[in-house]
Amino acid sequence: MAAAVEDEPTRRDFLVVASGAFVAVGGAAAMWPLIDQMNPDASSQALAAIEVDLAPIAPGQAITVLWRGKPVFIRRRTPAEIKQARQTPLEDLRDPYARNPELPPDAPATDANRTKKGHEEWLVLIGICTHLGCIPKGQNIGDKKGDYNGWFCPCHGSHYDTAGRIRKGPAPRNLDLPPYNFTSETMIKIG
Amino acid sequence: MVHHESSYQPGTAIERWLDQRLPIIRMAADFAAFPTPRNLNYWWTFGGILTFCLAVQIITGIVLAMHYQPNDALAFDSVERIMRDVNWGWLIRYTHAVGASMFFLAAYIHIFRGLYYGSYKAPRELVWILGVMLFLVMIMTAFMGYSLPWGQMSYWAVTVITNLFSSLDSIIDGLGTAIVQWIWGGYSVTGVTLTRLYSLHYLLPFVIAAIVVLHIWAFHITGNNNPTGLDVRQESDTVPFHPYYTIKDGFALALFTLLFAWFVFYAPNYLGHPDNYIRANPLQTPPHIVPEWYFLPFYAILRAIPNKLFGVIAMFASILVLFIVPWLDTSRVRSTKYRPIYKWFFWLFVATCLGLGYLGSKPPEGAYLVWARICTFWYFFHFFVVLPVVGLIEKPKPMPASITESVLGSSEGAAGERGGGGTPEPGGATACPEKR
Repeated sequence: MAAAVEDEPTRRDFLVVASGAFVAVGGAAAMWPLIDQMNPDASSQALAAIEVDLAPIAPGQAITVLWRGKPVFIRRRTPAEIKQARQTPLEDLRDPYARNPELPPDAPATDANRTKKGHEEWLVLIGICTHLGCIPKGQNIGDKKGDYNGWFCPCHGSHYDTAGRIRKGPAPRNLDLPPYNFTSETMIKIG
Repeated sequence: MVHHESSYQPGTAIERWLDQRLPIIRMAADFAAFPTPRNLNYWWTFGGILTFCLAVQIITGIVLAMHYQPNDALAFDSVERIMRDVNWGWLIRYTHAVGASMFFLAAYIHIFRGLYYGSYKAPRELVWILGVMLFLVMIMTAFMGYSLPWGQMSYWAVTVITNLFSSLDSIIDGLGTAIVQWIWGGYSVTGVTLTRLYSLHYLLPFVIAAIVVLHIWAFHITGNNNPTGLDVRQESDTVPFHPYYTIKDGFALALFTLLFAWFVFYAPNYLGHPDNYIRANPLQTPPHIVPEWYFLPFYAILRAIPNKLFGVIAMFASILVLFIVPWLDTSRVRSTKYRPIYKWFFWLFVATCLGLGYLGSKPPEGAYLVWARICTFWYFFHFFVVLPVVGLIEKPKPMPASITESVLGSSEGAAGERGGGGTPEPGGATACPEKR
């Protein structure tokens, strides 16, 4: 009889388990504000949209603007650069996806999918190397543009082509495109 | 280790009163009298030197914190104010900056000493593991400290290193980005990031100090290793820590501070990078980013691998592999002095690490990249193949019968010395399987 009674959980066992569980859950819940406070705050999350006037940019020129704390590359490509990007077979690409937020994630990285229809000479990219976040060279006259005539990241040697696609080096992805739209023939709105 | 009985006798009524309540004087006295192998060479002085380095960094760091502004608009100027306006600010800042390099120099010597003399082997595995933890926290602290002047190198070092975590995106999509944005507190490195790095840079040295206490505590349980790797077996094998090793450590420290002072006074910026005297600019990456010299070998490993995720994994693995060294090494002989084959591999490994350091400072292209890959391969080959295999096939050299004999040369001398233990007993198998 004694053995059977001892095996039965008592009221005290229940209280020990219940209060232990309560402390564990409460402790874990109290940790969350301490962890989450480090995430981007409300002011960083407030998305600013910017407008950029493209009129002064001549073919072959490029400008860099700041959007959401990130540099955005805007390059007006020459016909030769566009041709080079279009003639690249898709199987030569290291990253097959367009990385365009306005297209499905599996859209192929064709030059058409990296630009806006009717505005093919304009290439708008987030100018942050997808390897470790450096700013690639290639925006300024005289910059090293890499083996594919696009951009070259000096930090760890990633080469991007004239559609901002990774061709050589450690970067895993094509340069990301920001969300943007043409508001007129010479104005774009990023964000 | 011979069990260390406390020999402290409270001399006064106050000491007796204290001894019954908080035996802190007894603790200090036992520390001073700790029986330490009599044959420790100068490579053993770097533990004390490292303690000195930690103290220097904490003291100069607290002073710098009185003048530094952890705000992205003010940080760069506040550092220049320390250099130009604050009384002795130049000296305190240069000591802190050079001190970081000296700290790593001493740490690397200390680590290689442990590797050479097998100080990680049973029963000192935890001493070693705590040491690797100290190294990891040192790396984090130094990285955060380097960000604080908010120059170009600071900014881009933070960008590149925090972006290492974005490689996790290729395992779980979005995970890496979420972690990186959590670290940044935004969508890029900003003043928000600077302030939190400052907060943690102030915290971590005290974490280091706490782990140092555990590290020292652990080897006071096992006793020090020594150049022969033999266990202490008799009283004549040891001398009290004070005055023998306080003096020896003190002399080595004096030489070390000469080097330290030479850098502080004659070449304070030699180990730094001139680009860090340019204010941080989020729109322009410096043409040639290199970390401080003490991170170069790991940076070379990161860049040697042409895949982002695997490069990051290899870099972290190159440090984390140290944790399992006690179990990778199959040799039962501690000291490399008695390991005729491993000795060559040890020095080849040292050369590999130095080579990686050199290659980390060079651009990742051409022959540099080829050599970085060869050295990276050998770095891991050493740990995962050389360490286990050489221990199995090697025939160790004959070893002295005891620490005393290794110093005095003959067993008569050993027996006579200090009326010690008489005939040396055969040692533990772990220390010396190959007795003469």
